[in-house]
Amino acid sequence: MAVRFKQRSVLPGYGLSLGFTVLYLSLIVLIPLSATFLKASSLTWPRFWHVVTAPRAIASYELSFGASAIAAGINLVFGLIVAWVLVRYTFPGKRVFDSLVDLPFALPTAVAGIALTAIYSANGWIGHYLQPFGIKAAYSRLGVVIALTFTGLPFVVRTVQPVLEDLDKEMEEAAASLGADRGQTITRVLLPAILPAALTGVTMAFARAVGEYGSVVFISGNMPMRTEITPLLIITKLEQYDYAGATAIAVVMLVVSFVMLLAINLVQAWSGRRIKSSGASDRALGEA
Amino acid sequence: MKKVLIAIAFIVPLTIQGVAQSSPVTLLNVSYDPTRELYQDYNAAFAKYWKAKTGQQVNVQQSHGGSSKQARAVIDGLEADVVTLALAYDIDAIAQNAKLLPANWQSRLPNNSSPYTSTIIFLVRKGNPKGIKDWDDLVRPGVAVITPNPKTSGGARWNYLAAWGYALKRSGGDESKAKDFIAKLYKNVPVLDSGARGATTTFVERGMGDVLIAWENEVLLGTKDLGQDKFEIVVPSLSILCEPTVSVVDKVVDKKGTRVIAEEYLKHLYSPEGQEIAAKRYYRPRSEAAAKKYASQFPKVKLFTLAEIIGDWQKTQKIHFADGGVFDQVYQPNQ
Repeated sequence: MAVRFKQRSVLPGYGLSLGFTVLYLSLIVLIPLSATFLKASSLTWPRFWHVVTAPRAIASYELSFGASAIAAGINLVFGLIVAWVLVRYTFPGKRVFDSLVDLPFALPTAVAGIALTAIYSANGWIGHYLQPFGIKAAYSRLGVVIALTFTGLPFVVRTVQPVLEDLDKEMEEAAASLGADRGQTITRVLLPAILPAALTGVTMAFARAVGEYGSVVFISGNMPMRTEITPLLIITKLEQYDYAGATAIAVVMLVVSFVMLLAINLVQAWSGRRIKSSGASDRALGEA
Repeated sequence: MKKVLIAIAFIVPLTIQGVAQSSPVTLLNVSYDPTRELYQDYNAAFAKYWKAKTGQQVNVQQSHGGSSKQARAVIDGLEADVVTLALAYDIDAIAQNAKLLPANWQSRLPNNSSPYTSTIIFLVRKGNPKGIKDWDDLVRPGVAVITPNPKTSGGARWNYLAAWGYALKRSGGDESKAKDFIAKLYKNVPVLDSGARGATTTFVERGMGDVLIAWENEVLLGTKDLGQDKFEIVVPSLSILCEPTVSVVDKVVDKKGTRVIAEEYLKHLYSPEGQEIAAKRYYRPRSEAAAKKYASQFPKVKLFTLAEIIGDWQKTQKIHFADGGVFDQVYQPNQ
């Protein structure tokens, strides 16, 4: 890729398309976001610091980022399994299952929240089985994780699926014929190949979860200090006409999210390079 | 909608009064959630009244949602000719943040610009298994109370203030005792929904809680839909007189040239016809005639006003609902 840029692409319109990209990103992303920063800057530093470090705000960051990380982790594990099953096996109704994966994309999040709450509340289908064990699914932190897992489901599946499809079954057979056992085949042949895609999926699932509002407010119970997510805190401040306070917290969310996304992107780039440059899968086989 | 507004914006300044009055006009009434049915009826009645009086056709459009969310929409540029919101504080916010109407807006119409009132009562499960009779039963350990978050819901603020006023009156004006009462009450709240409609769903559909604190008009209007065999109304000994307020939005009506009709739209709420429509939709009317006629449908309850227990909304907001106020201290006692 990098080489091609230096040589100047054979395709025409490089300047035009780059200019368009910059303009487009500025209009859609950068300008609205800088408005957020501008609004927050109407607060003095000490006041800003006081707002964003209030115990209630801190508790909400912990919940929002913590629950999003857990949900992204769950989606990584189960998303890989789902993608694997959908690519490698044929079974009746496979197409239906395949489209079911996309449903959380299409469903309005409020509908998802209401449906999940109905199912997981103490008198719901699943909730009333959990109740005897003392597990409170709806109106608890667990409820937040459930909602975020639901909304993040498609990401890992949809990013890993095409990579798995491209991966020849012969690779696994070759690994086996060279003496790798099943565990080795998975950890040294399959996982390195799908890792960059899986990381992309996790990143997107995480980012989506951090910003999720619609589905969570129905199932979380919205108790300050316990089950209040950061987006709800922002809305709460807006409802009180505290525009500056709301944007101050939004700025914190933006910065933290951006740093985390950047970090994951770097890890991903690094793992992608590692695989490409060293031909990790071949070498792993050789060692095996 | 937009086209009509644009058309009006062009036509009104250009035409003389007589011509303008014969062309149809559109008003936008930005209101809160439980007034949907009330204004459906009232808009039809007002259109008839206006047509008979001036010959002009009027089409009133309604917008409903959480009260402060609606106020924010107007602040952010939604062109409401009139606002009819759950509490005066939300209209104050429009006056302060967007300067669309003067600060003294509330003195422009009778009864502090509040043409109808309501109060706060309880809904419990059939048979009243927890034996809930009055506010004191709500702070007992083991009773789960459903009420929305007063920071985000207008109705929830009235709920909160009704409890505060009760505790204050019972303790002879001891504020620290009232604070304890509020703290105990909100310790019993397992879910804080962001709006009144959400809280009703939590109580009715999810089966959460033993008692729902709610608008009287919502409960009376909704008992049939909610299932009369599942719930019972409990009326406390003492509650607050909720005064939803109305106002024209000066900057908008002057720009659109709709001031005369918008003012008449609100004034007509105080007429015998307007009062009767409010009463039919379970709002307590201001006029004595309508109050007498519909007395049987409203439970007897002793009412106090916000002015009696605290003062105006600015003061109330500062003491109770602002960041670090009494409500926040329930959840963050050290602040």
